[in-house]
Amino acid sequence: MTKAFWSKPLLLALLLVTNTAMAAPAPDAFSDPALEARAHALQRQLRCPVCKGQSIDESGADLATDLRHRVHELIGQGRSDAEIREYFRARYGDFILMQPPLEAVTWLLWLAPFLVLGGAGAVAWTVVSRAKNARESNDSAEIADF
Amino acid sequence: MTGELGQLALCFALALSLVMANAGILGARDINATARRIANGAAMGMTVFILLAFGALTYAYLTSDFSLRAVANYSSTAQPLIYKVSAVWSNHEGSMLLWMLVMALYTGAIALAGRGGERLTSAALGVMGLLAAAFLLFILFTSSPFLRFDPAPFEGAGLNPLLQDPGAAVHPPMLYFGYVGLSASFAYAAAALIVGRPESENWARAARPFMLVAWMALTCGIALGSWWAYYTLGWGGFWFWDAVENASLMPWLVATALLHSALATETRGAFRAWTLLLAILAFSLSLIGTFLVRSGLTTSVHSFASDPTRGFFILVLIALAVGGALALFAWRAPTLKGGAAFEPVSRETALLLNNVFLVAACATVFIGTLYPMALDALTGQKITVGPPFFAVTFAPIFFALLALVPLGPRLSWRKGDLKEAIKPLYPALGVAALAAVVVLAVASPRSLAGAGAFAMAGWLLVSSVIEIRKRRGARTAAFAAAIAHAGLAVSLLGIAGTTVWRSEALVLVGPGEKLTVGPYTLRFDGVTDVDGPNYRGARATIDLMDGDAVKAVMHPEQRIYSAEGQDVSVTAIRTTGLRDLYLALGDDRGQGRWTLRAYVSPLAPLIWLGALVMALGGALSLAGRLRARAPEPKSAPAVALAAE
Repeated sequence: MTKAFWSKPLLLALLLVTNTAMAAPAPDAFSDPALEARAHALQRQLRCPVCKGQSIDESGADLATDLRHRVHELIGQGRSDAEIREYFRARYGDFILMQPPLEAVTWLLWLAPFLVLGGAGAVAWTVVSRAKNARESNDSAEIADF
Repeated sequence: MTGELGQLALCFALALSLVMANAGILGARDINATARRIANGAAMGMTVFILLAFGALTYAYLTSDFSLRAVANYSSTAQPLIYKVSAVWSNHEGSMLLWMLVMALYTGAIALAGRGGERLTSAALGVMGLLAAAFLLFILFTSSPFLRFDPAPFEGAGLNPLLQDPGAAVHPPMLYFGYVGLSASFAYAAAALIVGRPESENWARAARPFMLVAWMALTCGIALGSWWAYYTLGWGGFWFWDAVENASLMPWLVATALLHSALATETRGAFRAWTLLLAILAFSLSLIGTFLVRSGLTTSVHSFASDPTRGFFILVLIALAVGGALALFAWRAPTLKGGAAFEPVSRETALLLNNVFLVAACATVFIGTLYPMALDALTGQKITVGPPFFAVTFAPIFFALLALVPLGPRLSWRKGDLKEAIKPLYPALGVAALAAVVVLAVASPRSLAGAGAFAMAGWLLVSSVIEIRKRRGARTAAFAAAIAHAGLAVSLLGIAGTTVWRSEALVLVGPGEKLTVGPYTLRFDGVTDVDGPNYRGARATIDLMDGDAVKAVMHPEQRIYSAEGQDVSVTAIRTTGLRDLYLALGDDRGQGRWTLRAYVSPLAPLIWLGALVMALGGALSLAGRLRARAPEPKSAPAVALAAE
C-alpha cells in the first residue's frame, strides 16, 4: 500500500524555509475541502474490521489508517462513492458497511421499526376508540390531581 | 480473613433472601401478618449482610490484599486511592456485588417506606427476595469476588487504564442505580398482580418514587457513559450505537414510557394492564442489557468482562424472571377491571402516543442490536448495523415524539381541546420557524436536518418556558415535567450542533508548525516525556493562538500504563460552554512529528447538560412526591381537577 502523497524532502525544505510552516495534512488528506469532506463521509460509512465497532474514520488502528489511504486513492482515481463502497464490500464483505445493505436477509431489519410503530399505532387506535365508549368504572371516576 | 467474612456474609444474605421471598409472598394474604413482619426483618437483615460483604471487598482492595483473585487481577499498589475503590466494581465479580448492593439498598427502602400498604409491600419484598436469591446464587456459584489466589502475588495486574478515570469510576454505580431501580418497580408490578384488587390499584403510586430514582440514575448514567466515551476514546464522538450503549438506552426508553403511562394509571386508572407490562418489560431489558455486556455475544468499546458460561446462567435467570412475570401477568391481568373512558383528544391519548413512539424507538434499538447476532447465529452471515441505520429509523421516530411533547401536558384529562392547547404555544411555533430560517441562512454548511433539529429544539424549549411561567409555584409535577422536557431540547441542540457542524483536522505536525481547525489556529510546540504514578507518557504542548499571541496552552497526552501494558490517549478539551476544541495526540512518526486529531464541536457540552436538566426535572418531581406524602387512596377524598 502506498503510504503517502507528500514527500519527506519537500516537507523538510518547507520547514527550513519558514518556521511557522503549516502542519502537513495527515498523510492522506486532500487540499480540496470538498473532496476531503467526501472522504470523511465515506470513511464514516466503513467499519474498521479489527476494532470494536468504530468506523475507519474514528479508529487509530494501523489497518484503519491503511484503509483511509485506500479511500483517498480511490477518490483520487475518480471513483464514485457507490463504487468505493462496493470495492470494500467485495473485499471485506457486508460486515464493513456501517449501513447494512438492503437484501433478502436484511429487509426485515429495515422494515421492523416501522412495522412495530404501525402495530403499536393500530393498538393505540383500538384502545382510544374503545375508551370513548367505555363506561366509567366506579373507582376510577375520581379524577385526582397528580 | 476479610475474604471469608465477605463470603460468609453473602451466604447469610442468600439465606435471608430466601426467607424474605417466602415470607413476603405469604404475607400478601391478609391474615399472614406475622409473615409480613418476618419479611420486613429479613429485608433489613439481608441489606446489612450485603453491606458487610461489600465493605469487606472494598477493604481488601484498599489494603491491596492480593490473596484475593479479583484484587490481584484488577488492582495494583501503584494505583491512586480513588481507583483502588473504583476497581471494586471495575470487573465482573465486583460489579455483580455492586449490583447486589444496590438491590439490597432498594429492598431496604421498600421495607422502610412501606408504600402502598402492608400487603403490597410484603409481596413486593417477596419478589425482591426471589430476585436477590437468584443473583446471590449467581455470584456465589459463578462469580464470587472472594476467591483466594495461592500463592498471592507481590503485585497486582492493575486496573484497565481506560477505567482509571473519574467518569469511568462513577459511571457503573450510577447505571446500576438505574438498572436495579427498575427491579423495584418490577417487584411492585408483580406484587400488584399477586395481591389483586383493591390493594393493587395502588401500585403505580407506590412505585413511582422508585421509578423516578431509577429513571434519573439511568439518565445520568447514560450521559456519563457518553461523556466518558467522548473524552477518552479520542475521536470526538459521543454516541456510537454500540451494543453496550444500546443496552442502557433500551431500559431508559421503556422507563420513560413507564413514567408516562403510570401517570395515567394512578391518576385516571387508565392503561392498567399496559403499565404493569411496561414495568415488567423495563426490568427485563435491564437484565438483557447486563446479559449483552457479559455474555461475550457482542464486541464493544465499553465491555470489560465476558464469559459464555456466566452468560448462560444469566440467560436462565432472565428466562425465569421475565417468563415468570409474564406468566403471572397472563394469569392475573384479566382480573384487572378495564380502563377509564376518555375522548380521542385528551391527556390519556397523548400519553398513549408517547408510549407508541417510545416503544417503537426501543424496538428499533432492540432489533438493530440483536439482528446481526441472530443473523450470524442462523446463517453465519456477518453484517454491521451502524449509525446510518439508526439515523434513518430511530431518529425520525424519536423526532415525531418530540413534536408532540409540548402538547401532552396542555391537554386535559378525559377530554381535551387541541385548539385551546395550541393557542398559548403560538410563540413557540414562531420561534421554531425563526430558528429554522436563521439556521438555514447563517450556518455553514447548510443542513436541512440541522435546521429541523433547531426548529424542534426551539418548539420544545419555548413551550417549556411558557409552561414553567404558567405553573410557577402551583403544581410541582407539571413544573417538573416542563423542566425535564426542556432538557430534551437542550440535548437536541448539542446533538445537532456536534453531528452537523463539527469541523475536524487529522494532521501530521512537527515542532513550530501551525494548523487551523474551525475558527482556531493552533501551534504545535513539541512533545515531552512525563512520568505518572503508574504510567509513562508523551505530553504534547499545543498553543491556542490569537494572532501572534498565545491565548492558551493545551496538553493532549499518550500514556503507556506499564503494569497493564496498554496505551491510552488522554484528550485535551477546551470548552467555552457552547463550543469544544478537542485535541487528541496520535502516533510518533519520527523526527519530532506526530499525528494529531483536532475537532471543533459546536454546542457539544449541551448534550450532557440537557441530560442533567432532564434528571433535575425528575428530582423536582420526586421532591414534590415525597413532600406531599401521597395520600392513601381509600381515605383520600377525590380531588376534582378543574380542567385548565
